[in-house]
Amino acid sequence: MKFGVVVFPGSNCDADCYHVVKEVMNQQVEYIWHKENTVDGFDALILPGGFSYGDYLRTGSIARFSPIMPSVIDFADRGGLVIGICNGFQILLEAGLLPGAMLRNSSLKFICKSVYLKINRADTPFTNRLKVDHVIRIPIAHGEGNYFCDENTLQSLKDNGQILFSYCGADGEESPEFNPNGSLANIAGISNLKGNILGMMPHPERCSEEILGGRDGFYIFDSMINWLKEVGK
Amino acid sequence: MKEMSYKEMGLLEQEYEQIIEILGRQPNYLELGIFAVMWSEHCGYKNSRPLLRNFPTEGPQVIQGPGENAGVVDIGDGQALVFKIESHNHPSAIEPYQGAATGVGGIVRDIFTMGARPIASLNSLRFGNLDDERVKQLFSGVVAGIGDYGNCLGIPTVGGEVYFNPAYQGNPLVNAMCVGLVNKEEIAYATASETGSPLMLVGARTGRDGIHGATFASEELSETSQEKRPSVQVGDPFMEKLLIEACLELIKEDLVAGMQDLGAAGLTSSIAEAASKKGRGVIVDVSWVPRRETGMIPYEIMLSESQERMLIVPREGQEGRISEIFDKWGLDATVIGEVTDDGMFKVFEGDVLVGAVPIEALTEGCPVYVREGIEPPYYREYRDFNIDDLPECDAGEALSKLLASPNIASKKWVYTQYDHQVMTNSSIVPGDADAAVLRVKGHQKGVALATDCNGRMVYLDPYQGGMMAVCEGARNLACVGARPLALTNCLNFGSPENPHIYWQMQEAIKGMSKAAKVLGTPVVSGNVSLYNETADGAIFPTPVVGMVGILKDIDQRCQMAFQDEGDLIVLLGRPREELGGSEYLFVCHGIEKGAVPELDLAEEHNLIELLVSIIEAGLVKSCHDISDGGLAATLAESSIKGSTGFNVDLDFKGIRRDKILFSEAPSRAVISLDEKDLAAVKNASVQQGIEISLLGRVGGTSMIINDQGIELVNLAVQDAAKTWGEAIECHMK
Amino acid sequence: MLKANIYVTLKNGVLDPQGEAVKKSLKVLDYGQVEEVRIGKFIEVWLEGDDRESALKELEEMSDKLLANPVIEDYRVEIVEVN
Repeated sequence: MKFGVVVFPGSNCDADCYHVVKEVMNQQVEYIWHKENTVDGFDALILPGGFSYGDYLRTGSIARFSPIMPSVIDFADRGGLVIGICNGFQILLEAGLLPGAMLRNSSLKFICKSVYLKINRADTPFTNRLKVDHVIRIPIAHGEGNYFCDENTLQSLKDNGQILFSYCGADGEESPEFNPNGSLANIAGISNLKGNILGMMPHPERCSEEILGGRDGFYIFDSMINWLKEVGK
Repeated sequence: MKEMSYKEMGLLEQEYEQIIEILGRQPNYLELGIFAVMWSEHCGYKNSRPLLRNFPTEGPQVIQGPGENAGVVDIGDGQALVFKIESHNHPSAIEPYQGAATGVGGIVRDIFTMGARPIASLNSLRFGNLDDERVKQLFSGVVAGIGDYGNCLGIPTVGGEVYFNPAYQGNPLVNAMCVGLVNKEEIAYATASETGSPLMLVGARTGRDGIHGATFASEELSETSQEKRPSVQVGDPFMEKLLIEACLELIKEDLVAGMQDLGAAGLTSSIAEAASKKGRGVIVDVSWVPRRETGMIPYEIMLSESQERMLIVPREGQEGRISEIFDKWGLDATVIGEVTDDGMFKVFEGDVLVGAVPIEALTEGCPVYVREGIEPPYYREYRDFNIDDLPECDAGEALSKLLASPNIASKKWVYTQYDHQVMTNSSIVPGDADAAVLRVKGHQKGVALATDCNGRMVYLDPYQGGMMAVCEGARNLACVGARPLALTNCLNFGSPENPHIYWQMQEAIKGMSKAAKVLGTPVVSGNVSLYNETADGAIFPTPVVGMVGILKDIDQRCQMAFQDEGDLIVLLGRPREELGGSEYLFVCHGIEKGAVPELDLAEEHNLIELLVSIIEAGLVKSCHDISDGGLAATLAESSIKGSTGFNVDLDFKGIRRDKILFSEAPSRAVISLDEKDLAAVKNASVQQGIEISLLGRVGGTSMIINDQGIELVNLAVQDAAKTWGEAIECHMK
Repeated sequence: MLKANIYVTLKNGVLDPQGEAVKKSLKVLDYGQVEEVRIGKFIEVWLEGDDRESALKELEEMSDKLLANPVIEDYRVEIVEVN
């Protein structure tokens, strides 16, 4: 299995994703510089967190015009697995690979802490090693994770089971109290209709090893590998 | 243009005379400006240098002591830590967000300039009373500025401290520390340039920001509107991130002979530094410097403190490859001058020579003042203050009050605004222990970091307080299981021209030096910030210590939270009763007086040895040192973090209970352990000569403190957790 | 030379936490008559040439593509001549 971690100027979780794939998941991984124009040879792509182009103008708005992006879009259109984490999620939204947009956190503050997520589906490439309604603990770190879309889009996200992760309490309760950033419907992560693209604000790469205080994030990467193996068969 | 006089630039008459003597003529405006910034306290340490000589700076672990951009210590396996702390007090007082942000930017540049990958930031902050609206603005602006800048860079902000006291009302302190990791053979030094080497400037374009730092109002410089001449530097963390990546690539490929960041005094000081090798000179043409504004004069270009700029001296023939790397990162590098061999700093504007001064006069020639400190009258008066005349407060109420004090309460409101987990090394995150712990990928060892200083104690007794700052830093590391290695410091004081303040400096530095010697933690870098005062007086003397240490086995790292029901709670160190300078006196009696608790350095050293050895041996389940709020606050914090109660019974031996509960006397820690390990811990304590007393057990849902069976404190953990956890947030709503 | 002023504003119905915070502060400062505050972006662009019509077309394209996000934002372009 070969993962590609796309590096934009200002990406800062690129090395973290690379580390997890290589050292924790024991898979092949390479960086893909944003000026490249092909993603041939990769089985899955990671758009990492950070502040691409300083997140000036809007988060992800400039990165989505990088030379690499047409290949990423093409890869995704052909059904390739793409996961966008934090800033990667914001780039996927700006690029139109996922619906909606990000607003500033309702607190107007950057928030770095661990939150609980409810798993809404366990039959996707990204969650097949998890269980429906289970709760995982995972860190967030962002200033703009307040997901927004119009009512119709929200309805279709719900109808089509595209909301994979929702913010919740330790026992799975979904309420505004457990919504860290004002995100619509407590949305923490969504997929596209086909299910091969995931955008999520929380950082699974920050909780894939016990030494960092937990390994719930491990199962998201493990799901991707598992799915690729199954499909490969 | 209205020109400033030498006095307005901060030079004394005798210094002006000295400049005339050096040049053999009157200096022109540019030359005067160059001397003024190079002979400032910030660049030349003219008031503090004689005192700084007291610091121990050597040891087998020291690779680089003071004198470079940052200190370097050996951490084995061919690796080293590069670290330094620096102040950005005055810029932050004027514009808290940008002042603090550019403070982070500056210290981070110091670290990667040495070839190290920055791996962690810490900060030490002081503000006035948190009930004050202006203070709230400063506090929230500073925290947002530190967060936004560091978060964008992807460097985790893993620790630090925040104190509130009226002494900092008009003059907040913003000290930023950065730590980098480097392979020993890749350490880069500033001064390696050869004659004929070009000087390349890379990064942001130069504007009129920050000329003469924050000391001078830019309006006086300006003939046009203020809009055109911003004095506040604005940070661009994205540019800094590109500089980090590009510069580290240059060093990996061994392309540079010298590298220097542009900080205080901008081009002037970095060029002087790059050519400071004996006999070297430099020429620079200001017309080649890329500018952001039109009509800038050489004086402005040479003294601009525009952020995110680096000066590079390429190895011979490597200019092309260097340009390629900068190009990859979307950065422009421009040659602005070259190294010569005539010992002169010559500034051209096109063909016209606009200034020439001997380099040595700027650096080694900086005047040094040995002043005389005079003990201020308050010292004896406050020391002799009789605490026994004060009434004793109810222990439970006092503890609740202390937990709600912003100085003791959880700093969650602060550190949740900092990305403290990026880089995936943070093994102990802020708030969970007395120090931050980072793993070093691929190794079993860990790095521990902490900053410390109790300004009130230093004010009441600079000598003792200086020792305490060093000891607390070292003890905090020991509490997570790390052996302290070395320290950096940021010496924040008022005006050295005031003999009482100078005495504070003198005594504090003496105390710090002595403690650093005994504990074997040399001073490898630092920064001095003087003139921290307003019309209402000077700040508390605040020599902040940033300590780094190493854990042999990161899997044995220890946090402060109580773990399991039934675990024993043990005090290591003597029961103490000195209340002088305590948060209890401040919060419950409104008094900041009293004799500072005595400190026995040998005892402290032994306690540190003991803590490290029993934690390394896996005998300890939680560890937290006794500091602000005393024994009672220490127990409460371990309990809150562990979401479990405790029941302890103390023998007060007839001593006032508030003294035993709230004394902040040093050299003590509270640990919890499994009963089966008690004998081993006792043995180890006896070996180190450290007193050990069994206090009680972990468990239940309440914090219970008894005096031989009589209940003194009974607080529900849940309530205390709420008080402690939300105090700062409540102020900030 | 032409100069364009581009006003990027949040669409009606999109929550503006920044605007809400400013509104609250204004109320605290006793500006009781303040009903609503919305915060947007003001972007200045300088362009070569003096053909307003083609400039307008280009600016609208720029706004659609990059300067505004149509999911949450509206924009308005104004052109002024400069020397």
